Amino acid sequence: MLKRLTLILSLVLAAPALAVEPSEVLDDPGLEARARELSKGLRCLVCRNESIDDSNASLAKDLRMLVRERISAGDSDQDVLDYVVGRYGEFVLLKPPATGSNLVLYVAGPAMLGLGMIVAAFYIRGRRGRETPGAAGLSPEEETRLKEIMGE
Amino acid sequence: MFIELGHFALTLAFAISLVQAVVPLIGAHKGWSGWMAMAEPASIAQFMLTAFSFAALTYAFVTSDFSVSLVVNNSHTLKPMLYKISGVWGNHEGSMLLWVLILTLFGAMAAWFGGGLPPSLRARVLAVQSAISAAFFAFILFTSNPFERMAAIPFDGSDLNPLLQDPGLAFHPPFLYLGYVGLSICFSFAVAALIEGRVDAAWGRWVRPWTLAAWICLTIGIALGSWWAYYELGWGGFWFWDPVENASFMPWLISAALLHSAIVVEKRESLKSWTILLAIVAFGFSLIGAFITRSGIITSVHAFASDPERGMFLLLILGVFMGGALMLFAARASVMEAKGVFGTVSRETALVFNNILLAVAAFVVFVGTIWPLVAEMAFGRKLSVGAPFFNMAFTPFMVALAILLPLGALLPWKRARLGRAGGALVPALALALALGALAWAMQTGRTALGPVGVALGTWLIAGAAVDLWLRAGRAGIVDRLRRIARLPRADWGKAVAHSGLGITMIGIAGVTAWQVEDIRVAQIGERFEVGGYGVTLDKVERVQGPNYVSTTATMGVWRGDRRVSTLHPEKRIYPVAGMPTTEAALDSGLRRDVYLVIGDPQEGGGWAVRSYIKPFANWIWAGAIIMALGGGLSLSDRRVRVAAGARQDRGAAPMPAE
Repeated sequence: MLKRLTLILSLVLAAPALAVEPSEVLDDPGLEARARELSKGLRCLVCRNESIDDSNASLAKDLRMLVRERISAGDSDQDVLDYVVGRYGEFVLLKPPATGSNLVLYVAGPAMLGLGMIVAAFYIRGRRGRETPGAAGLSPEEETRLKEIMGE
Repeated sequence: MFIELGHFALTLAFAISLVQAVVPLIGAHKGWSGWMAMAEPASIAQFMLTAFSFAALTYAFVTSDFSVSLVVNNSHTLKPMLYKISGVWGNHEGSMLLWVLILTLFGAMAAWFGGGLPPSLRARVLAVQSAISAAFFAFILFTSNPFERMAAIPFDGSDLNPLLQDPGLAFHPPFLYLGYVGLSICFSFAVAALIEGRVDAAWGRWVRPWTLAAWICLTIGIALGSWWAYYELGWGGFWFWDPVENASFMPWLISAALLHSAIVVEKRESLKSWTILLAIVAFGFSLIGAFITRSGIITSVHAFASDPERGMFLLLILGVFMGGALMLFAARASVMEAKGVFGTVSRETALVFNNILLAVAAFVVFVGTIWPLVAEMAFGRKLSVGAPFFNMAFTPFMVALAILLPLGALLPWKRARLGRAGGALVPALALALALGALAWAMQTGRTALGPVGVALGTWLIAGAAVDLWLRAGRAGIVDRLRRIARLPRADWGKAVAHSGLGITMIGIAGVTAWQVEDIRVAQIGERFEVGGYGVTLDKVERVQGPNYVSTTATMGVWRGDRRVSTLHPEKRIYPVAGMPTTEAALDSGLRRDVYLVIGDPQEGGGWAVRSYIKPFANWIWAGAIIMALGGGLSLSDRRVRVAAGARQDRGAAPMPAE
C-alpha cells in the first residue's frame, strides 16, 4: 500500500531536476553561450536570489526560453536585458543598474576604503610621530630650566 | 515528562542568567569578592541546565515523541537516526536552543579556563555573557518554545526537509553556531574591558584564543555548508551570495580581522580601540546574521509580516547590545591610549592594511545584502543584488589582500625595510608568475581569472614557505630544516593558514574559469565525450530507500578505453515531505571532479543528463580545512595556552620579544 502510494506520489511530484534542460539548448553554440551568460545575471522571480541559470523552477524555465527566443530573433545582449526588464522590472537583474540611488551601493565600498585609508594614514603617521619623544624638542619652560641647571 | 523537565530547566537557566547578569557587575564595581565569585558557579549551572534541556529535546526526537509539535513538524519514524538527531537543530526553535546551549557553553568555559583573569574582569566578562544568554533565553521562552505540546497527537511526523537530510548539513549548523556564538565571548571581553577601563597586552592575549576558536569553527561551518551546496543542489555551485550565506561570511571576515588586530594589541599595545570595536562589531554581525536568517526580512520583505514578533525581538536584542556596547565604546575609547610606536613600513602597518581590506570587504557584503531592503523602503525601488554584483565588488579586496599578505607577513615589528622582505620573496614571486604564465599558455581563449588565481595562490603558498625558511635563521640546509620543524606552533599555524587561503583561491579560480559543462539527452548504452573524459549511461533503475524512492542511474567515466570509475547519480522523491532532491554523483580527484547529474526521462527515449568536469574543485574546501588546521596549530601553541589558562599577572604581563 505504502509502496504504491509512494510510486504514485513520485510520479505526481516528478518536478524537473535540472536547471537548463537539453531541450532548451540552442543549436548554435555561440548563441547558447550568450544565453547562458545572460541567464546568470537574471533572477528567478520566485526563488531566493537564484539566477534563472541555476534554478529548476518552471518560471525560471519560461524566462530562459524567453531569453533564447529573443537571442534567436537577433536581439543584442542589451536588447534582451531591456526587454526582460521592461516586462518584469529591474527586480530581475541580479546586478542592479548603477543609476540614481543605486550609486550608493556602488560607491559605498570604494568610499569606505578611501575613508579607511585616510584614517589609517593619519594613525600610522601619529604612531611614527611619537617614535622619538625626546627629539620633539623641549618646551620653553624646560629650555629655561635646562639653561638654569647648565648655567649654574 | 522529560519534555516538561526540559522546559523547566530552561526557565531555571533563564532565572539564573538574569541574576548572573547583575550581581557580579555590582560586585566588581564595589569590590565585593563574594558577589563577583557567584558568576562562576552560576555560569556552570546555566550550562548544565541548558544541556539538560537540549538533551530532553533530543530524546523527544530520538524516540519520535509526536506529542511535541516540533518533533511532528520536523521528524518521521522512518528517518535514519542521524537525521533524527540533526533534526533537533534543523528548525528554528531547536536551532535557537542549540544557540543558547553554545552561548552558555562558552560562558562555562570562560569560567573554567578564566582562573588566571583578574577577578573583577572575569566577573564582568561572565556577567556580560550572561546578559546575552538571558536575552536569548527570553527569546526562546517567549517566542519560540521548542517544547510545545500537541493537543491531538498524530500518528506520524511530517519529516525533515529532505535537502537537510545529508551528513554535510547535519554538522554544518553546530560548527557555524560555535563560530557565531563563540564571538559572543570576544564581545563580552570587549565590553568588560570597556567597563573596567583597561585594555593592555594581557587583554589581547586573553581574547585571541577565543577569537581563534570561533574563527576556526566558522571556517569549518562555512566550508561544510559550501561543500554541501556543491554536491547537493545539483549544478555544482559552491557559493551563491545568498543573504543567509552572507550572514555567515560577514562574521568570518570580521573575526579574521579581529584575529590579526588582537596580535597587534598583544605584541605591540597598539590598535587597541580598533580591536575593541572589531570585537563588538564581529558579534554584531553574528546577531545581524541571526536576524536575517530568522526574520526572513531580506529574502522577502513581506515575510517579515509573517513573523513580526520574532523579528522584532531579535532586532531589539541587536539594538540593545550593539547600541549599549557602542555607546560605552564612545564614552571610554579615549582611555585606551596606544603605547607602541612603529615606523611607516612595519608589520603593524601591514596588519592595519589587512584589517582595512577585511573590514571594508565585510562592509561591501553587508551593503549588498541589505541594499534591496534599503532601496525598497527608502526609494521605493524593488531590486535584487546577487552573485554578479558581489563577484565584481568583493573580488578586488581579496586580490589586494592576497598580493599584500606574503609581504606583510615577512615584515618585522616596529620598523622594517621593504627591500629586505621583498628580496626574500623574489623566488616566490618568480614561481607564482611562472605558474600563472603556464596556466595562461595552457588555456585557450578564456578569461584571465584562472591564471591570475593560480599566480595569487602560488604567491601565498610560496610566500608562507619563504616565511618559515627565513624564520629558521641562517644555517646549513639540514640544520635549517631541523629548526623549521622546531619552530613554535604559532609560526606554523600562520604559514599553514595563509597557504590554506592560497589553496582555496586556486580552487575558486580553477573551477570558475575552467569548468566544462555538457547538457544532453543520453540513451542507455550511449557514450559521449566531456572535456577529455568519456561518459556512458549504463542503466537507470528505481530504488526504494528508507524514507524515499530514488531513480538511480549507473554511469561510467572513461579516460580513453580505461574505465576510471562507476558513478550512481540519483533523483530522489521524499513522499512524506513531498519534495524531490537531486543527488549528484562525483568522482573526486586532486586535479578535477567529474560531476554527474541524472534528470528526467525524455519523451523520445533516453534521459536528460548533465555532466561537468570541475578542475581543482576540491581545493576550495581542502584550503578551508587547511586554514582551520592552521588556526588549530596556532591555538595549540604553548604561549596561547598559557595565556588562556592560569599564571597571568595583570600588572606584569611579560611578553616575548617576538
